[in-house]
Amino acid sequence: MKLPAPRGPLGASLTDLLVHPPRDTDIVDDVVLTRWRDAAATADPLTDDDLQLTLWTLYALHYRGFEGVDDAWEWDPDVLRLRRVLEDAFEASLRDRVAVPAGTAAEREAVASALFAMTAPGPGPSVARYVSRSADATQAEEFLIHRSLYTLMEADPHTWAIPRLSGVPKAALVEVQADEYGGGRPERMHSALFARTMRGAGLVDEYGYYVDRLPAVTIAALNLMSLFGLHRRWRGAIAGHLAAFEMTSSLPNRLYGDGFRRLGHDEGTTDYFDEHVEADAVHEQIAGRDLAGRLAEQEPELVGDILFGAAACLYLDELVGRHLLDAWSAGTSSLRAA
Amino acid sequence: MTGRAPQPATIEACPNGPLLVRGDVELVDADGRPIEKRRRTVALCRCGSSAIAPFCDGSHKAIGFVTPS
Repeated sequence: MKLPAPRGPLGASLTDLLVHPPRDTDIVDDVVLTRWRDAAATADPLTDDDLQLTLWTLYALHYRGFEGVDDAWEWDPDVLRLRRVLEDAFEASLRDRVAVPAGTAAEREAVASALFAMTAPGPGPSVARYVSRSADATQAEEFLIHRSLYTLMEADPHTWAIPRLSGVPKAALVEVQADEYGGGRPERMHSALFARTMRGAGLVDEYGYYVDRLPAVTIAALNLMSLFGLHRRWRGAIAGHLAAFEMTSSLPNRLYGDGFRRLGHDEGTTDYFDEHVEADAVHEQIAGRDLAGRLAEQEPELVGDILFGAAACLYLDELVGRHLLDAWSAGTSSLRAA
Repeated sequence: MTGRAPQPATIEACPNGPLLVRGDVELVDADGRPIEKRRRTVALCRCGSSAIAPFCDGSHKAIGFVTPS
């Protein structure tokens, strides 16, 4: 994957660093940190292109890295200090905006039913209904391009949590992730099924290929998972995030599949969606009860984080959905200009 | 999977949701023909509204299915 085109001073400053190998001397001094803090403070962190793309670039060092970027940057203290500036701004904004239901007991069924209540299907406008009934071929392609940022690496951010858990929640997460990763069959990996969907729609299935076209909100939705996944202190939130993600998947995926069938796509292209109708009806039960619910019983102080992770997932999902529907109802593209 | 130890079947009745089936279970249709299990753990529909029966597709949530307690 190539480094993305910077969208502002944060990205430009990071690119300047990453094109050279890391050095032993500190490059990031107080002047640089202050400049980053100022840039992060003036932005709306959830919709700021420069902040979200730069944070995504920093997180990508932990996944697959970039062509021409030294792998040693992953644990370089300088870039970790810069990452924290962006994460602090991102977290503060989420704390400010995301409402968490109060009064949930640290018990398996109480946590599971709180999560199911938060994720209950609503009657409002949804991307899934739009794709099912109204999207044209261009909008369907745009939808896939938005989804591809996460889905071509589906499940990876939640996998970070496995060594941070123990007992039932750990086994539950592994059970879900094993299914996500194809149960031993690489061609059934969900990321591989989605790659096939991309190819079926005539799109490029290489990870990160379209990142320059994606708006901040789409990138923020993935950054949220990396933030929760990469920090052990957020283990409750990543569990809640996965539960909410799975709980809002089966019914929409049936509609996505219907939409792509309506547009004339074959089974190979719709397989990803059809697979998720069945898989996520299983995963939502495991993630809600044995992952999130049992984790709450093991570590009762994490209940708030579990519900915060779920609420943050839903909040960003809603922002992305609104972005897509607003663009499409205005007759414009939901992507940035090529 | 060869050489795997037998795993006794468990069926978990999820409140307001499906039956979660783990372990060594053979699913068959009304004529005794095997129904392919595409994953190790499957969820069987309990609300009667699934479009992919006998598997669950989450429809119980859309129809407000409630299991008797």
